[in-house]
Formats: sequence, structure tokens, C-alpha cells
Amino acid sequence: MRLVVVSAGLSVPSSTRLLGDRLAAATAAHTPADVQVVEVRDLAVEIAHNFTNGFPGRALADAFDAVTAADGLIVVTPVFSASYSGLFKSFFDTLSVSDPEALAGKPVLIAATGGTARHSLVLDHALRPLFSYLKAVVVPTGVYAASEDWGAEGLDGRVERAAGELAALTAGLSAARPRPTRDSFEEVTPFEERLAALRPTG
Amino acid sequence: MQFGIFSVGDVTPDPTTGRTPTERERIKAMVAIALKAEEVGLDVFATGEHHNPPFVPSSPTTMLGYIAARTERLILSTSTTLITTNDPVKIAEDFAMLQHLADGRTDLMMGRGNTGPVYPWFGKDIRQGINLAIENYALLHRLWREDVVDWEGKFRTPLQGFTSTPRPLDGVPPFVWHGSIRSPEIAEQAAYYGDGFFHNNIFWPADHTKRMIELYRNRYAHYGHGTPEQAIVGLGGQVFMRKNSQDAVREFRPYFDVAPVYGHGPSLEEFTRQTPLTVGSPQQVIEKTLSFREYAGDYQRQLFLMDHAGLPLKTVLEQLDLLGEEVVPVLREEFAKDRPANVPDAPTHGSLLAGAKDKEGARA
Repeated sequence: MRLVVVSAGLSVPSSTRLLGDRLAAATAAHTPADVQVVEVRDLAVEIAHNFTNGFPGRALADAFDAVTAADGLIVVTPVFSASYSGLFKSFFDTLSVSDPEALAGKPVLIAATGGTARHSLVLDHALRPLFSYLKAVVVPTGVYAASEDWGAEGLDGRVERAAGELAALTAGLSAARPRPTRDSFEEVTPFEERLAALRPTG
Repeated sequence: MQFGIFSVGDVTPDPTTGRTPTERERIKAMVAIALKAEEVGLDVFATGEHHNPPFVPSSPTTMLGYIAARTERLILSTSTTLITTNDPVKIAEDFAMLQHLADGRTDLMMGRGNTGPVYPWFGKDIRQGINLAIENYALLHRLWREDVVDWEGKFRTPLQGFTSTPRPLDGVPPFVWHGSIRSPEIAEQAAYYGDGFFHNNIFWPADHTKRMIELYRNRYAHYGHGTPEQAIVGLGGQVFMRKNSQDAVREFRPYFDVAPVYGHGPSLEEFTRQTPLTVGSPQQVIEKTLSFREYAGDYQRQLFLMDHAGLPLKTVLEQLDLLGEEVVPVLREEFAKDRPANVPDAPTHGSLLAGAKDKEGARA
């Protein structure tokens, strides 16, 4: 399956990316997967330009294609001001402008990193509603890693549980999910149908 | 092939002086620009339609009627006429009136408009934008072709026994273009009617424009109006020229950097690489414009955006001199080369009238 990690960490190396990589590896251990990582940081300027221009640059368009074509998605953001980072949100804002159905029916594993465990509910108060709105199927277990978790017990277990759920959902949904990209240039609604839909009835 | 200019009609401060023209100045400047277009040998002047500041052209046929009285050859058009929020009955009347006054030198381009509040201000719902464009145009199309119309639809009060006056000049409706940047539905609409399709070709990369035009051409053939190569395509473009390309870049950059729509975004260099904008010498403009044919095929109408972002009138008139004297004559010559004989020119009142007479003759 095609597994895409969207990582919005800003530092290099980044604990956000590290968490994304661990989740991807754990998922791939359940189901063979081609893993591709989208580093949102590398797309920051094109994302800003997409807002001012209305169209994505080449690298951003490639990232949109990868995300749209993925069978499963792992999204990881650092916590900024008690929520996802603005850049993380902006990536999905521009994606959904480009294709409102890009994530429809797609299994998405949500994850976040932060300096303190006090922000762990950001998964359920910020990320989960965002991806519900985008019509994704959000994996029940989200994974939050505070700085202290990298030196404590428990993170492995949560990573493993979430990865197992993502793998299972991906296998279960890939047959049922409609083709993610409807190419409006190739599937034209004949004009007579559009006219007919507007005719008064009765 | 037709060459011309299209104006958005924005009132924008000149960023190099901080001065904002008055509405009167801007309106008069648009007229001066249109007259200059005829003087330098261009074929078309098109005005936008807007109903919110900082734009002045809310009443296109008033402006075009005035320009018609002061010109001899120029075709007067729009870029675009809002088919969503205008009453199609009023469009039918206004443009038929203009057509008579201008002796047939008029066509128009349908567009939906992208300013959210304009829809509710005119009692419409932006979520119905495509449906409004489809229903309103279907009515407009009939009003120009049937003397007495009975009609009922979703978005406007029904008509019983209505005759739109004046009837189109010589019984030939103005030619219609449909403009859209990214809605395949509109390319499909243009193809269905055998009307023209215009892509503004300004903000988006060429591969996107190419897909829109390919779709229109293929569907034009599907509906039996001719081969894909015979479909009627128009393109926009945006240029700023000086004899010396470094001078063009130096002079245009302050305007580009803060221009409405794309200002404060990508650099001038990135934008010229990604989109059809050309800032440079007339020769560079010629080369870039000729390259449009690589993705659009042989096309019928090329309009340039010349007067926006606060450029002073004097500068715009200089630009039009360069366009008319150095660029368009070469473009006419080059575009004519290798152009297949069966690719038609853009329809005009004269060609449509001749076509109608031929059809009548064939019936008799």
C-alpha cells in the first residue's frame, strides 16, 4: 500500500518527524508499504504563495498528488499555542481548496508532539475535528509524544496500537473507498444533464 | 487573428507616488486607453464588470457605447459580463442596443464573478454560481434567437410572451465567449453552444490552461460544431515592455510587488517563470506570446492586460504604442504562418451575417 507521512516539524532533526517515521515503520510492519514523507517545512513558501496566487507550485502539487493517492496517511504536527501548527493547517487548507475530496474516506492516523504532556488532548480537540471535517476516517488511537515520552515507557505501545489500527483500516477500506481523484477534465457531465437538472418539474 | 486589450478597471494607488486616481480619472483613462487601442491598430477593447470598490466599471454598455461613438473599427467586448448576478433579460437588451449603436462591433464574454458578497447584493447565492450561469445563459441565448419567449426556470420570474428589444442587429446575436479559469463546466457550456472559450491565462501555469482548452476543443467537436482545431479560443496575457528588458523589470517591479491579487506573493522572477506574465523587451513579449500556441493550438483572440496595479495612464499609453507598433504586427505575421486554412477567424458581426445569409440561400 501507499503510505504517506505528512510531518510539520520545523527543526532538523525533528521529534515530529521522528514520531512520523516510527509510526510509518510500525504500520509497514503490519502491511508492506511504500512510505513517502512530505516535510511541510520544505513547502512553506509554496504554501504561502498558494494562498496569494490560487495555484500550487510544483513541489506542493506533487505533495498533494502523493497525499491524494495514498491508501493511508499519517499526519504529525508539533503543538503550537494549544493547537496544530499554522503551517500544518495551511497545508491541509490549500489541499482542500485544490481538491475538497482529497481525504474523503481515507484512513488517517493523527499524531502530535509537544514539550509537555499537558497538551495531549490537542489530538482530540484540534486534529480529530479537522480530519473529520475533511471526511477522513480517523484512526481511533492518536499518538501524542511529549519530550518526556522519548525517555519513558508507554510510547512504543501507543505507536504499535495506532499503527495496527491504521493497517487494519487501510486493508478494510481500500476496497470500499472510491477512487480518490475524480478527474473533472476526463469525466465531464454532459451539458444536457445540467440543463435538465434545472428544468422546472411538474 | 484578433489582438486587443482587456481592463479590470481597478482604482489602485500608484505605488511609486502614493497617488490614487479619482473614479472620474480612472473612467476617463479607460476610455483614453480604448481610443489608443484603435489608434495603434488593435482589434478589441474589453472591459470588466465589477460591483464593489476599488473597481469602476459597473456599467459596461454605457462605457462601451460611448467608446463606440468615438471609434470606427474597434470591437467592443467585456471581460467579463456577469451572467450569474445580472438579469439575462437586461443583458439581452443592453447588448442588443449596443450592437445597433456600434454597427455590429460588439461581442461579449460571460463570466461568473468571484466576489462573494456581490451575489447576495444582487439577491443570488454564490453556491449556485454554475447553475446560475447555465440557466441564465440558456435564457439569454433564446431571447436573442426567438422573437417571443415563454420561459420558466429556477432563478428568475417566469416570462410569458416576452420580446426582448431591440432585436439583435440584422437578426444576428452578438458572438459570445465564455470565460473561466478553472471550471470545466464552463468549457463544456461554451462547447455545447459552439460559442468561444476564453482563458484569462494570467495567474495559472500553462499546463492548467492547456487542459481547459483541450477539454473545450474536444467537446466542441463532440457537439458537432467542427473539428477540435476549429473551436474558437481566446487567451489573456499580461506584459510590461521597454526597449531594454532591464528597464522594463526595474520600472514594473514596484507595481508588481504590491499589485492586487498576486502582490506580496512570489517574486517577479518566479511569477514570470510560472505564468504567462512577460516583463521585458518587445522581442521577449513576441516570443512568449507565440509560445502560447504550443499549448493552446491555433487560436483566434489574444487580449493583453495593460492597465492595472496603479500604472499611470501615460505609461499605459506608451505600452500600447509599443504593443501596436512593435509587437502585434510581428505576432500577426508569425501566427499566420503554418496556420491551417480550415482554422477560422474569430466570428464578427460581418462573418456571422454572411454565414446566416449562406444558410438562408441554401434553404431557398
